[in-house]
Amino acid sequence: MRLVSRFTSVGVLGLVAGIGLAACSDSAPNRPAAKTSAVTAVTQYAGTPARVRRMTPDQYTNTISYVFGDDLSIGEPFAPLPRTDGLLASGASSAGMTAGELQQLQRSASQIAAQVVDKGNPGERTSPRRDFLVPCKPAALDAVDDACAAKFIKQTGRLLYRHTLSDATVTDLVGSARKGATELKDFYAGLATVIEGMLIDPGVLLITDTAESDPNHPGKKRLTAYALASRLSFFLWDAAPDDALLKAAESGALYTKKGRAAAVDAMIASPRLAAGVRAFFDDMFGFEEFVITAKDPKTYPMITGQTLVDAREQTLRTVTDHLITRRGDYRDLFLTRNTFISPTLAPVYGVPSTTGWSPYEFPADAHRAGILSQISFLALHSHPARSSATKRGKALRELLLCQRVPPPPPNVDFSAVENPDPTLRTARERLTRHSINPVCAGCHKITDPIGLALETFDGAGRYREAEKGVKLDTSGSLDGKTFNSSEGLGQALHDHPQLASCLVKRVYSFGTGGPLSAADTPAVEALSTAFAQTGYKVPDLLRMIALSDAFAEVVEIPPAPAKSAAAGQHQVAQ
Amino acid sequence: MNGFNRRRVLRGMLDGTAVCVALPLLNCFLNGNGTALADGSKLPVRFGTWQWGLGLNRAVFTPKKVGANFDLPEEIASLAPVQKHINLFSNFDCFRDAAPNLCHKTGWVIMRAGIAPANQGDLPGETLDVTIAKKISTTTRFQTLTATATGNVRDSYSYENAKSVNIADWSPMQFYAKLFGEDFQDPNLPEFKPSARTMVRKSVLTGVLDRTKELTKTVGAEDKARIDQYFSGLRDLERQFDQQLQKPEPRAACHPAKAPTEDAKPGMDHELVAQRHKLMTELMVMAVACDQTRVFNMATSAQQAATTKPGYDKPHHTATHEEPIDAQLGYQKEVSWFIRREMELWAEYVAAFAKFKEGDGTLLDNMLIYASTDQSLARLHQIDGLPMFTAGKAGGKLKTGLHLDGKGGAGTRLGYTAMKVFGLDNASWGTQSNNTSKEIGEILV
Repeated sequence: MRLVSRFTSVGVLGLVAGIGLAACSDSAPNRPAAKTSAVTAVTQYAGTPARVRRMTPDQYTNTISYVFGDDLSIGEPFAPLPRTDGLLASGASSAGMTAGELQQLQRSASQIAAQVVDKGNPGERTSPRRDFLVPCKPAALDAVDDACAAKFIKQTGRLLYRHTLSDATVTDLVGSARKGATELKDFYAGLATVIEGMLIDPGVLLITDTAESDPNHPGKKRLTAYALASRLSFFLWDAAPDDALLKAAESGALYTKKGRAAAVDAMIASPRLAAGVRAFFDDMFGFEEFVITAKDPKTYPMITGQTLVDAREQTLRTVTDHLITRRGDYRDLFLTRNTFISPTLAPVYGVPSTTGWSPYEFPADAHRAGILSQISFLALHSHPARSSATKRGKALRELLLCQRVPPPPPNVDFSAVENPDPTLRTARERLTRHSINPVCAGCHKITDPIGLALETFDGAGRYREAEKGVKLDTSGSLDGKTFNSSEGLGQALHDHPQLASCLVKRVYSFGTGGPLSAADTPAVEALSTAFAQTGYKVPDLLRMIALSDAFAEVVEIPPAPAKSAAAGQHQVAQ
Repeated sequence: MNGFNRRRVLRGMLDGTAVCVALPLLNCFLNGNGTALADGSKLPVRFGTWQWGLGLNRAVFTPKKVGANFDLPEEIASLAPVQKHINLFSNFDCFRDAAPNLCHKTGWVIMRAGIAPANQGDLPGETLDVTIAKKISTTTRFQTLTATATGNVRDSYSYENAKSVNIADWSPMQFYAKLFGEDFQDPNLPEFKPSARTMVRKSVLTGVLDRTKELTKTVGAEDKARIDQYFSGLRDLERQFDQQLQKPEPRAACHPAKAPTEDAKPGMDHELVAQRHKLMTELMVMAVACDQTRVFNMATSAQQAATTKPGYDKPHHTATHEEPIDAQLGYQKEVSWFIRREMELWAEYVAAFAKFKEGDGTLLDNMLIYASTDQSLARLHQIDGLPMFTAGKAGGKLKTGLHLDGKGGAGTRLGYTAMKVFGLDNASWGTQSNNTSKEIGEILV
């Protein structure tokens, strides 16, 4: 068991949270983000409403890992968030919390607290976590020790609540620890009940944008320094602020251009950035669906549960490697042949097996260019036992271009396109029936010409050149740009003007904690222009958003949320 | 027993300290003829729901005969063993009025919440189970329990309000731990020792409640409503701590089995769904028998059923749109295969409660289970003639074994009837054309 205490070494804690990165890339320190004058271009735009959002499950896990170490069992206490304006994270700003969910969170809190004060087991060679995580030793194990309890509560509470605790709160919590130690005749048991209480406190579980008058802009409001620190940290690290960021908030440094830039640059240079980038793309790509994705074992016997877990991981590794480690152009994510391979993925791709995860570059003739040709996209947007050009086309438009594919008319009679028809052997032949039916054609013509270019990959993501003996025709078009292969589709997507602007919209929503409104349009447009000027470097985009005035300013009247692009479920017949 | 009220005795003796009290054993849990608890209070009547996906094929689903001893066409032939315990409702409609017909959503939302949703992003608001739970399930450990056989936490049809879904338990192992893990108090243990840790937890919670109240003063109106909900959740937690400090009423039927050692594999193959359904049903039955809740929900599918059949390349939903109608049979053969499997699960669900003894009857005698679906004919996304079932006699208030023809009336009448059975005093339920103040009197005793 690896134990870490933030009190013994804050530096080590940063490393702990960055373990995921260490495993998925060479984790070389990120080069400083480019300082672009474009940042100033977005400072003039309005801020965002003060929101109260729930901590997402990943943010909770990352925060607990940072504060208490990443070997704690947390469970799955959270209700699923509604996908809002393309992101689950945006749904966190409107979702409520039921009594049943709080019950689950309390049980999880109890388990976490027990682990934090665990006394270890010499027989099982487990170390006492309490020795690492509690910064002092009580005078006696079975008695009250207010001074030690207060030290722990102040330090831990500051990280969990994301601000220095008031004297009244400390007094209340120390009183609870005292009562617990007295009733239970155990100092650490008393402390555990206080930890439980903190972990179900809305001050911990809800991220509240507290605002104050902005002295630099009379009549305007800004986030308080602590709220700004939280917004920055949940944006860039998908976790609560660390000690250094809280200190920057306390000192007022976050309110100076230089101080805020220094803090943001340090966060972007940190290995913890990978956690934030992974969380964002996992959300934007709709990867939560992997939890319930399975393939028909008779049709795809090589696809196991682990294959799908690895497929998700492969794409996230590709993303962080390309965007952070290599500082690549975001658009090239749809062209790159560089990726990582695991033992379960190797046979599906038909490449040499590996031991653990290994970097891999597909040959130029392997037809594997960009993440559209990875198993994650291909298998997730297919049926359990066959591919789906419609699902793939719909996913590309909604997830990557922020477009909306309309639902089918509810009373459409599908008898005209019913299967099986023995004369129809390929998806193109089957879907042609949709395109000649005027009721179906409206929607299918915007999805199918995209997805048909990926028909050389079956429902599991394996490459093929023919279906039922018929050579596959992978020609198609995307908003006026034609192609005849999956690589061509990748290039068309790379060149699509909405690819980058969609990312900017989603990243801005992710950072500011809620769905976009019309009031955000100028800021998003300016950011899109600036993003292009950086060469579509995502760390630079993150930096621009984090340093913009709009990020820190608060508008009084919450604008109406934009219509969700993907609020509904799969509505086109697929 | 009146002179020996456990709660009164324990409250008096407890007063902040741990005590052990020997209590009478199982033979005095019920009254002499097994129709009520020993202290004279009635056996609790529970409300359950069951949801299946993608409706029916009328020609082979809807009985020709109305009333008792109705025929069982081939798509529901599997219901024969439980026919005497159920009612089947056909030809009841959903009315969307000016709202669009949202595929796979409009139907179930109207049946569960009485309101036609305006768009796919619209959550239903308070659902029937939650409304009834507020009336009958306020003293149990869980106000409601929700489970799904799909393996997906998102597949819940239970909403506390338009922004809050009740989590669907999907893992039998986790569900067991939640129900019968560390915090479970066996109601039949002869001795009861209140937990000092629970007392301390309750004390800590007081501070959390105070800070939550403070937080409501700093946010806007919409967020205030969410934090008020949070506050209510904490108060519910406090109530549970209080309850844990009292000896639970004995429940003769409560005998939790051993914890499952592994979960069903992920996947939507019907066999996997059936496996999960069986495990979750067994746990739900025991949760009810142990009075952990009085309102419970189970679902066999998402609102677009993605169940698969081994070797058949279309999931259930896809098949409804792509499988041709068999010229000889007159319906979609594979689609019917999926519906038949679902009806088998419904029969199993009813049977699981029907075979569980409670007093001189069964658990099913003391409950009303309401079963609904998202479409009638899924191929065309029809919501007229949505089929529904009930099971159980609700403590003697309901007749069973009947087939009722709704003749195009509002399907919300059944939900309204359920509300009346459980003593809710609302004059009507549902909005616009779905509004009803008319019970389905034919099933009332």
